[in-house]
Amino acid sequence: MTAMTTTTATADTGGAAFLRLLIAATAILVGLALLPAVVDPYQTVLLTYGLVMAIAALGFNLLLGYTGLLSFGHSAYFGTGAYTVAFIVRDLGAHSMELCILGGLAGTVLVSALFGFVCVRHTRIFFGILTLALSQVLWSLAFKFFWVTGGTDGIRVAYAKLTLLGGLVDFAGPGSFQRFVFAYYYYVLALFTLATVVMWVIVHSPFGKALQAIRDNETRASFVGISVRRHRWIAFVISGAFTGLAGILWVPLNGLTTPDVLYWPFSGEIVFMSVLGGFRTFAGPIVGAVTFNYLKTAAVASTEYWQLLLGVVLVTLVLLLPSGIVGTAMRLVSRWTR
Amino acid sequence: MSLLETIHLKKYFGDTHAVDDVSLVIKEGELVSLVGPNGAGKTSFCNVVSAYYTADSGTILFKGRDVTRDSVTARVKAGIARSFQLVNLFDDLTAFDNVALAIFSREGKTRSMAALARRDSAVTGEADAVLGQFGLAGKRNELARSLAQGERKLLDVALAYALRPKLLFLDEPTSGVSTRDKGQIMDTIAGVVRGEGITAVVVEHDMDVVFTYSDRIVVMHQGAILAKGTPDEIRTNEEVAMTLIGAAGPDAFTQRSDHARG
Repeated sequence: MTAMTTTTATADTGGAAFLRLLIAATAILVGLALLPAVVDPYQTVLLTYGLVMAIAALGFNLLLGYTGLLSFGHSAYFGTGAYTVAFIVRDLGAHSMELCILGGLAGTVLVSALFGFVCVRHTRIFFGILTLALSQVLWSLAFKFFWVTGGTDGIRVAYAKLTLLGGLVDFAGPGSFQRFVFAYYYYVLALFTLATVVMWVIVHSPFGKALQAIRDNETRASFVGISVRRHRWIAFVISGAFTGLAGILWVPLNGLTTPDVLYWPFSGEIVFMSVLGGFRTFAGPIVGAVTFNYLKTAAVASTEYWQLLLGVVLVTLVLLLPSGIVGTAMRLVSRWTR
Repeated sequence: MSLLETIHLKKYFGDTHAVDDVSLVIKEGELVSLVGPNGAGKTSFCNVVSAYYTADSGTILFKGRDVTRDSVTARVKAGIARSFQLVNLFDDLTAFDNVALAIFSREGKTRSMAALARRDSAVTGEADAVLGQFGLAGKRNELARSLAQGERKLLDVALAYALRPKLLFLDEPTSGVSTRDKGQIMDTIAGVVRGEGITAVVVEHDMDVVFTYSDRIVVMHQGAILAKGTPDEIRTNEEVAMTLIGAAGPDAFTQRSDHARG
């Protein structure tokens, strides 16, 4: 009887918490949807970049926050997504963004399955170094095989060539850039929402719980019958696919893909976004990615020594908020409501 | 009928003979205590049978099948589960999630990612029932790390029990808890284990606990089996008394525990 009361009570509070979450998420989504109407197009573009990076960080954090694996090579999956789209547009002459997404995802899943198979045999620093090394293999390929990849010039992907929603929305004719900015913002927002919901379900599924168990205690996880390596591998592929999707969506926005997105400092940026937002919370990487994007843009605009400025700001933030922006905010809220 | 049989099982660490030629039969449904001084090889024996270590030589037969080379997960699926001497939990998950995870794993559901874990009413119901059996229902939503030592011990056992094993190894389930809590923990564990007819091998130091709860006692010394028998047989075995408490005589164990109580 006692057990039953507890269950029902918790189920009720669980339901109430879920309702609160749903209301908050809907409010944020409505806010994001209305934003382009009140800000100038440049801000809309900036926010699009932020949302794209949020998808990348969300994927990355499935490994760091939920599985306890710190990857220093997520540029590989972002870059694979980006370059696959560039190849599809340049070499296959395809225009459909949906086709690019499917092709790009197939490419990233393939690469992350291959890299993940090697990397999940190790943990901690060995895992980190392996992911880093493998990502740099891809970078050097993109860098050296310039007749395929364009080398440091990269590959151009003109937005005007692309169509959205199976050809329903195209960007030909005058004023097309303005139309692209708005249409693409909503396109990215829709995919960001979808990605967030999917990731939320994954981390709250039995699989997600198993990953957290592996993170907490690998030995005990195997002694309750969980095949640790297999679960890590699946998590790795999902993580790579999310970051790959971000790379895919980033290309038309940037208009060009270069080896920079495969280079290790870019992996570092993804790590930083998650730490800045708070990698032990679900929303942390999203908030971290959007914030990082604004900080970086502001730093680049204000001084030639922007890396120095950005570095100092970020180090200060991490020292002041060790559990990240979201982690700290949650702690403050719980102290306030108690 | 024998559930587990080890034949000439060996595990050496350099010159240390942790498990030295152990041939032992565990029958279905019995509660066997494994006793012996520190370093006798009790935990090592559990570790080899549960695949924490691989055996150097010898054979492990479980339900008549050779499992000597099987992985940890394969042995868990076959029905061998264990708890740990040093509590081994998922510290950042709630007590409920710890148990639920073991059930999801047993049901082969840990790769399902399209539905929320807490929506699986069969699993959540069973997890709550298991927590209730171990007296942890009130701690359901607390993180494992924030539980008291005695509760952590019980949760560790509950995790292994939730796998519904055929054979359960309990490595010092009462170590590190107060003498007052010991009896209560062992009552809870023995009640659950006997109630479900689970075969259990308990590593234990406290001879009062051993004599009270065991069907059979196996005494180990320096990696090998020194003696085995019913509690009464072991109580009167002078060689065992000399090894375990350094005193012999017909009432050696009783006198010692009286002394300890006084």
